[in-house]
Amino acid sequence: MDSFDLLWGGLSAAVTPENLMYAAIGVLLGTFVGVLPGIGPAMAVALLLPVTYGLEATSSFIMFAGIYYGGMYGGSTTSILLNTPGESASVMTALEGNKMAKRGRAAQALATAAIGSFIAGTIGTLLVAFFAPALASVAVDIGAPSYFAIMVLALVMTATVIGASVIRGLVALFVGLTIGLVGLDLNTGQPRLSFGVAQLNDRLDIVVVAVGIFALGEALWVAAHLRRTPLQVVPVGRPWMGRADVRRSVGPWLRGTAYGFPFGAIPAGGAEIPTFLSYVTEKRLARGKGGEEFGEGAIEGVAGPEAANNASAAGMFVPMLALGIPVTATASVMLAALQGYGITPGPQLMTEQSDLVWTLLASLLIGNFLLLVLNLPLAPMWAKLLRIPRPQLYAGILFFACLGAYATNLDPFDVGLLLVFGLLGLAMRRFGLPVLPLILGVILGPLMETKLREALTISDGDASALVSEPLAVVVYVVIALALLARVLRRRPAAPTHPEETDRRDEELVNR
Amino acid sequence: MSTLAPDTHDTAPGGPAAPRRDLAQLGLAAVLAVVGALTVYDATTLGTGFADPVGPRVFPYVIGTGMVVLAVLLAVAALRGDVPEAEGGEDVDLTSDTDWLTVAKLVAVLLFTIATVDVLGWAISGAVLFAGSAWSLGSRTLLRDVLVGAVLAVASWYAFYVGLGIPLAPGILDGIL
Repeated sequence: MDSFDLLWGGLSAAVTPENLMYAAIGVLLGTFVGVLPGIGPAMAVALLLPVTYGLEATSSFIMFAGIYYGGMYGGSTTSILLNTPGESASVMTALEGNKMAKRGRAAQALATAAIGSFIAGTIGTLLVAFFAPALASVAVDIGAPSYFAIMVLALVMTATVIGASVIRGLVALFVGLTIGLVGLDLNTGQPRLSFGVAQLNDRLDIVVVAVGIFALGEALWVAAHLRRTPLQVVPVGRPWMGRADVRRSVGPWLRGTAYGFPFGAIPAGGAEIPTFLSYVTEKRLARGKGGEEFGEGAIEGVAGPEAANNASAAGMFVPMLALGIPVTATASVMLAALQGYGITPGPQLMTEQSDLVWTLLASLLIGNFLLLVLNLPLAPMWAKLLRIPRPQLYAGILFFACLGAYATNLDPFDVGLLLVFGLLGLAMRRFGLPVLPLILGVILGPLMETKLREALTISDGDASALVSEPLAVVVYVVIALALLARVLRRRPAAPTHPEETDRRDEELVNR
Repeated sequence: MSTLAPDTHDTAPGGPAAPRRDLAQLGLAAVLAVVGALTVYDATTLGTGFADPVGPRVFPYVIGTGMVVLAVLLAVAALRGDVPEAEGGEDVDLTSDTDWLTVAKLVAVLLFTIATVDVLGWAISGAVLFAGSAWSLGSRTLLRDVLVGAVLAVASWYAFYVGLGIPLAPGILDGIL
């Protein structure tokens, strides 16, 4: 129960009027940005990062927690009201949620999403508080070889197993690794790939890279293919749920949480698989009793995946806090923010920066709670954001992206870099290259290099050192098995095209 | 992510007229190969360190070589008819032709911002950035966009200066703001 004492300490530190204000601002800003079409949580966090620059670490993390959960919630609003998932994890929510909205049950869909997110987020955060310290205390003893292996695992999984095309996943990963090379070599201090440009010597700012690829890339891609016809927004009232809705939602909320958390917590995460599994499970379970509603707007199909999505979002804090390894784009950006405060992520984080970590976990709980309290009544207002004219909307995104890039160093050069990465983001969308492997490559590449050199320096260059620890061997076996499974199955697992599988499913059912 | 078109059960994003082969990918492959080769070349210019059996070269060698190999594989895949799945989105209509003119206008607006932000200051460059982007994207309410842009830019200047203690470039408005 030690963890919970510490969490309690964190809570009491976090609940000051000032911090509550930051949490509330974070939740509102996060939801605002998250509701805007085309912006997922990772981009929301990256875009809003500069807002926290002047704050001290604790306040800024509290604001982050709010932004993070707010951004996630905003995504479900667009999915339900516009049928446009801003990110792959919201696809399942859109599937049933939008059908519900079209049948005049938008309020119930939004409510079950919000409450499900709250429950999953709260349980998830408590599990993080329980697991992360335990994992960190084990992880302190993990040697460089095993660390290297775990990072290889994270990269291989995101690049080859999760995406639709192995080769494009790998291309994205290697582009990311190349970006990660730019700057002074950590051991010898020689510039690599900086071509004599001073600003390139101290490594590319992950915020500029992330905002460029996510925000600017998206804006340019939209500019190239702007939909000229207006989208239909389903009108919404104040979210509420009847007793029957609650009764139908409780099971999916808890099952979704159970699916989501482990997938978020293993270094191969992503919310696509658990949201898909949750959807399929609910569909199976509903068969017989109101199951025919699936495909027409079943509340279980919103409650489960939304909970799974948020639980996996909480789970991602386990590898991030305990190992210093981000497994999602959002985690990468948050990790970059941590480093901006001079905090080295890794197993020591939980002991060295214990106050900060517990305050962060406590503020996740607070942000989650505020989200529910503030946003349920505000839902009709958020829905209005969906009607912002597109030229002004994307002009605004460009404006804030440039503001953020410029404010990092007050150097127009960074805005230039932003433009370069924006064009790269445009090209990636055009050529179907996934973004996540690239971002993880940028973050993990340098870390991997450090660990590899550490491992081989100890062994004086003997490569067998890489498999000198049992854990490393186990991880390599896991990687081999995952790749083998991928090859044997030929076709990627369903989650990359859940809607198609589902359509097939539906057709079978209809027949 | 692919768009969920609820009523039109269309096939792959990219529309029904998706080409059999996407030879533009060869261009991408060429760029990747050049970047990979450049990475390897850049690594050869590095000196090795002391007591560091791996040295600063190994990673660039591996990454650069990997990139060249992937470029070749991608080119082969493209020639064999492997078509990428362009990313859909809520405001994206993949059935229309690519509108390069709008993209070029936006890039020009951004270049203008980069060139002028230190001279004109964020308040002016930012306002131009917003209004110019909105105009590029098809807005025809120029006066309103300029006003909105000016309010956003001046407000963000003050917010960063007063709220966060970060002085964005005041430019020619130095002393007025």
